[in-house]
Amino acid sequence: MFGTYLRRELLGRRRQTIIIAIGMALAIALVIIVNSVATGVRDAQAQVLRSVYGVGTDITITRPVTPPSGTDQGGQGARGPRFDFGAGAGDASGDGSRTVHSSRLTVGFGTQTMAATSLTTVQKVHGVEAASAVLSLTNTTFDGTLPSFGSRQQGGAGATPAPSGGSDAKGGSSFDVDSFTVMGMTPGGRAVGPLSATTLAKGRTLAASDEGKHVAVLDSSYAKSKSIGVGDTLSIGGTDFTVVGTVSPTGSDSATASNVYIPLDVAQKLSSQTGKVSTIYVQAESASAVDSLKASLQKALPKATVATQADLAANVSGSLGSAGQLVSNLGTWLSVIVLAAAFLIAILFTISGVTRRTREFGTLKAIGWSNRRVVGQVAGESVLQGLVGGIAGIAIGLIGVLVVNVVSPTLTGGLSSGRGVAGSMAEGARRTFGGGTGQTGRFGGAFGGASSGARSAAATQVDLSAPVTAWVIALAVALAVLGGLLAGAIGGWRASRLRPAEALRSVQ
Amino acid sequence: MYRLKNVTKRYDAKGRTVTALNDVTLEIPDGQLVAIQGPTGGGKSTLLQMLGALDRPTSGTVELGDASLGTLADSRLTGIRGTEIGFVFQGFNLIPTLTALENVETALVPLGVSADERRDRAARALESVGLGDRGDHRPAELSGGQQQRVAIARALVKEPNVLLADEPTGNLDEDTRDEIMDLLEGLWRDRGLTLVIVTHDSAVARRAQRRLHIKAGKVKELA
Repeated sequence: MFGTYLRRELLGRRRQTIIIAIGMALAIALVIIVNSVATGVRDAQAQVLRSVYGVGTDITITRPVTPPSGTDQGGQGARGPRFDFGAGAGDASGDGSRTVHSSRLTVGFGTQTMAATSLTTVQKVHGVEAASAVLSLTNTTFDGTLPSFGSRQQGGAGATPAPSGGSDAKGGSSFDVDSFTVMGMTPGGRAVGPLSATTLAKGRTLAASDEGKHVAVLDSSYAKSKSIGVGDTLSIGGTDFTVVGTVSPTGSDSATASNVYIPLDVAQKLSSQTGKVSTIYVQAESASAVDSLKASLQKALPKATVATQADLAANVSGSLGSAGQLVSNLGTWLSVIVLAAAFLIAILFTISGVTRRTREFGTLKAIGWSNRRVVGQVAGESVLQGLVGGIAGIAIGLIGVLVVNVVSPTLTGGLSSGRGVAGSMAEGARRTFGGGTGQTGRFGGAFGGASSGARSAAATQVDLSAPVTAWVIALAVALAVLGGLLAGAIGGWRASRLRPAEALRSVQ
Repeated sequence: MYRLKNVTKRYDAKGRTVTALNDVTLEIPDGQLVAIQGPTGGGKSTLLQMLGALDRPTSGTVELGDASLGTLADSRLTGIRGTEIGFVFQGFNLIPTLTALENVETALVPLGVSADERRDRAARALESVGLGDRGDHRPAELSGGQQQRVAIARALVKEPNVLLADEPTGNLDEDTRDEIMDLLEGLWRDRGLTLVIVTHDSAVARRAQRRLHIKAGKVKELA
């Protein structure tokens, strides 16, 4: 009888059933879509972070960038590389202009270094499983043609001759500023750090025996874009390096953390940063102890910036960052509001249904139905309405997720580069995302600008995919049942309070 | 056998106390056909609620057989309503979404009989009121007289000792009224029921063995 009555009620009062089910369906669908997209965005953020910080890195340690001051401390920190050319620099060409060429290996803009002994300090901290240090550098090459200013002085009295030579033969200048990122790392140490997220593509990786040698491993896509192969030579800071291997990212990223990897000691020497490192990568013994480890590390290195993956995720910028915020703020609140509205609709309709059926329930009680049976009937109807809505919602939600996956919006993600924590992360971001092909800046005619050649904003692109997990489906069903139970409990409570004498209420 | 002793029932309505039954003492022997008449608000419905174990008296005792309806637990009262007492209402009170047969079946649900037996007994009850071929009709597809027949089948399918009818012909035209009264009278005679009918209609009341008149909470026997 329970089943028959239930079926007859739901089919017989179709309008109410449909309204409650639609409300529930929309809410459940939204929960599924928001949840899946949130998972997708989290995955994308993790992917961005992994490409920068490597797999298994729980904590990164950097020195915060100090505001620029008159003198340069600890490398080029707040300033880009500077190229000074004397009057006789470069090679003179026939029309009086001069071709100049210079290559500098410097600490990247916005990067501050710290003593390499910090690594030893870190390794001694309790709870550290492994740690490695790198020195992030930028190699900037300046190639240019300067006009012949000297001819003016030689002209003597009379009209000043127009400048000649240069890129336009009228005294203009032309520069190529090419930069790529270089990471100095301990050879042989791959357990933690940027290279842990890479696989060897060709040749070999840096071995412990490479210490002090001029050998380099290249990012495979950078090597490809520059047509450099294993065995070729590459000029870094004016020194020729032999390329011994290439690495490619393990994930779907386009590039690894740096364009070029060289032994740490060589990097320190060439950039005049002996005994300095820029980032320390730390792996915690236990994932649950990351927060307490962060505190210990901060205590051991009070001047450094200690950041966990969670801190870093907050710094993922670009449309990926926006999507993350959108999903976590708007999406979550929208889900909560729509869910609350759906629950409210279900509850109000159930209450009004019980009120309308006062005589019906009174009659059933009058002919001997127990309170429990009447309440069970009301609750059963509500739960079933919720379930119908939940199933419809799962269907709509899956269609929505399918649409997201088919459209697969491309999100751009980088690490924001501000000051403080964010600023200290900037170097990693630029290495990675600027690094795909390196940047080439061409400035026609004007002076200066070289120092900002390597400063273009950089980001990685991730196609958003929204995975649907069994957990999300279970959550959806649970919410639907919960909504039905809530409505059923309130409606049932109302029904339980009806007196059987209501059956005798006169017909209106 | 109903025994009512000094039954008083008071309600609080909008801050005023209404005495619906005032010191009523009454006996209804088994198998009697009793008509209760009286003006609206005189206490007819309240008396029916006392007889039907739907409400408790403020003071006094209501006994049905050995059971004291004023003091039993709610669950026991529910049990007595489910087995001993059948109800017929002025508005038929059928469940609109259920078929005629299913409506009759609802009365057997508290008895815990099997689904097959429930269906068989409900079908027989419908036949006994002349609606054997209308089992799968919804109430809205039946006339008023037919709906009341379904309601009577529902009241009698559990074979109660008492049938309480609240204005059973109040919503029916005269011809149908007579049909329903014929049916009730026939069932009363065949089954040896105690039949209590609350009615405004003197034509209905005249068929009863005994006529009670209730006014301002006081019951008076009519000759």
